[in-house]
Amino acid sequence: MKNSLNTDDTLENSGLTEEEQLLFSNARPRAYEPYPIKAVEDFANWARANSLWILAFGTGCGAIELRPLMTARFDANRFGVAGRPTPRQSSVFIIGGYASVKTLKRIIRSYEQMQGPKFVICLGICPINGGMYFDSYNTINQFDQYIPVDLYATGCMPRPEALVASIMALQKKIKAGECDGANRYVENFDWYKANQKKVIKNWDMPDYNW
Amino acid sequence: MNDLMERLQRDFGVDDITVRKPALTTFRVKKDSAETLIRELRDREGYTHLNFMTCIDYIEDGIFTLVYMLHNYDKKLSLGVHVDISRENEDMVSIHTLWAQAWTYQRELREMYGINFPGSPRLEEDFCLEGWDDIPPMRREFDTKEFSEQRFGHREGRHSEEPRDHMKVELYPNRGGDEK
Amino acid sequence: MKLPFGRTTSSPISTGHSASLDFAQPEPVDLASGKYVKLWQGPQHPGITGNMSLELTLDGDTIIDCKTHVGYLHRGFEKLMERRSFIQNFTVVCRIAVPEPTFNEYLYSHAVEEISGIEIPERATWLRTMNLEMMRLASFLMWIGGQGGAFGQYTVANWTLAYRDYVLDLFEEMTGARIYHMYIVPGGVRAGLPDGFEGRAREIMDGAEKLLDQIERVMFNNTVFKARSKGLAIIPPEMIDPYGIVGPNARACGVKRDLRKDEPYLAYDQLDFDIVTGTDSDAYERAYLRLQETRQCISLIRQCLDRMPMDGAFQADMPNVLHWKVPAGETYVKAECTRGEYGYYMVTDGSELVRRVHVRGPSYTHAIAVMERLAVGNNIADIAGMMVSLHTYPPEIER
Repeated sequence: MKNSLNTDDTLENSGLTEEEQLLFSNARPRAYEPYPIKAVEDFANWARANSLWILAFGTGCGAIELRPLMTARFDANRFGVAGRPTPRQSSVFIIGGYASVKTLKRIIRSYEQMQGPKFVICLGICPINGGMYFDSYNTINQFDQYIPVDLYATGCMPRPEALVASIMALQKKIKAGECDGANRYVENFDWYKANQKKVIKNWDMPDYNW
Repeated sequence: MNDLMERLQRDFGVDDITVRKPALTTFRVKKDSAETLIRELRDREGYTHLNFMTCIDYIEDGIFTLVYMLHNYDKKLSLGVHVDISRENEDMVSIHTLWAQAWTYQRELREMYGINFPGSPRLEEDFCLEGWDDIPPMRREFDTKEFSEQRFGHREGRHSEEPRDHMKVELYPNRGGDEK
Repeated sequence: MKLPFGRTTSSPISTGHSASLDFAQPEPVDLASGKYVKLWQGPQHPGITGNMSLELTLDGDTIIDCKTHVGYLHRGFEKLMERRSFIQNFTVVCRIAVPEPTFNEYLYSHAVEEISGIEIPERATWLRTMNLEMMRLASFLMWIGGQGGAFGQYTVANWTLAYRDYVLDLFEEMTGARIYHMYIVPGGVRAGLPDGFEGRAREIMDGAEKLLDQIERVMFNNTVFKARSKGLAIIPPEMIDPYGIVGPNARACGVKRDLRKDEPYLAYDQLDFDIVTGTDSDAYERAYLRLQETRQCISLIRQCLDRMPMDGAFQADMPNVLHWKVPAGETYVKAECTRGEYGYYMVTDGSELVRRVHVRGPSYTHAIAVMERLAVGNNIADIAGMMVSLHTYPPEIER
């Protein structure tokens, strides 16, 4: 395990003023280490897969289909899915379609505040390759350059049925222990940060750790 | 309507009066008398509703045309007030004292075109963009596609067609895409 | 009239432009004094409509300053439309307002038709009218759920959102899509009604009517809902014109303005309906007014089904869209959406591309100028209910 107090291995937090630097930690994120016994890890994964709590952050048009999903007709509570108002309690971040640069900044903040293990589902065609906003000056084109994505549900809009299917696919993936998005984020942290800072020009927040 | 236009022509020297449809007339007014004219229309003529204000970039003539759309609820008539300002000398009289929503529009125009409205509140605050470091995006010389490709990039393997050429080939395959 | 929590009802109605209103921005407060707290509500917050945020300055739990921040959904539509041909634009416009794409489709098509002088067939007029009214019904159902949810009545939200889905099913049958229909195209509509649509539509309208009766019993007679919404966010009549308030927000104040009646478009001049108005102009009155307008929607859809010609052309003859040049012109078209006047301003210069499109969304003023003024002096717990009550959609502000 890396020692976060080692000066060679801390974050610069160069976007913050000196005063603010005292308020935020500069430790790097740590990768999730599975339980040494496989049966215990499998059990943990089974539990995680059946209590997916979604962060209530409608980042784009996709949010409109989350409401039918969560209410009486499609009733995602059947799958152990519930909406949570705060990132600290949620494990799934559903990116509702296109992300403008201003929203991307908030997405990064919310994502980093989420406790691991955490999973990201992208809705629609826009996070994959810009979709119909491929030439827009304010929407990013490839979402996985900035945040690791575990699952894409494509379409415009993906129907609630597609959302149900993608939740089931995510559960399957988690149970198989293949959802390593958060770990990829830790391992390639510098690459992700460089990409994020390339599009977010006014970086006035800590590099990690909220 | 004609009386009003005659009076405006006499008092403010408006020109380019065009009846676009029965309910919409547009005219052009000089920059200096624009604010007085709009105030007069609001207070005396019952054009109490500001539908919107916006800007058209005529890059070929080197001007911005500001458009103020006013509406009279009683007569059910709309007036489009056009004001030409230079693209370089981008100052315009602010109308934030006339309508509460006007400063929001002016903030947007400041961000999207770079037009300055001296005295308008919160003008320098970000409206839609954050940390923008290029020329204002709604100006005609700003190429959004090029910007997007440089800043955000595209996934390899993306393939796109110019719709017109593509459809010609699709519709007239036997003639090599020639529709004649 | 005496109301709970020391609120009072509004003053008598008088409209017209009042120059006495002060639009000045509030003075900044001294945050370092420790008396005030700055709090952000949104963009990641369950009590916010869509993706926007409010920067609140609090004294205790009373709001003394509110600033709206938008732009989280800015996609630069107006720029994108300038570099797409007229037929390509029509797939783009519906994305501007997510819960009500149809109004964008209609207004864009109407603006193009008006400039290029295309007359649409009568059947298309009726199909468009019905499509718009169905959209209004779906949007209002979602709104009622949102208003209930903002005051803690999740049952209502579950009922209305589930029922909205049946309306979306009708849309799917009619247009092929649930959310982005792309049904109204320049020149008419894309398809006629499928077989048996009328019967299914009537069945769903009957059910919606029953649901609205239940909602009136459960929501509008509920003590908590009454206590929290009565006297909340009163829009005084003298604010209507200077702030550009339109739609139900203005009608709840007694202002009898509805574009469907004042400047009838499509088939609205052949339909029977009255403008619904209120008096109290508070959150409860606005909610009740919207409930009545939802009932009106159902009646209008039934009337459309009764009077609609069931056969005939639904598309006008169109030029080859691949090189379709629209003559130079300028127009401003508007329609009454659920929140008021929605407008498209279009300038063309005779080429294959549009010169300038400006989209006027009613939330532009409701969510910024009006919200910032009404929030001051209120309790922080009421902000969510107030925002929903003004019926704001962020995507139409920033486009």
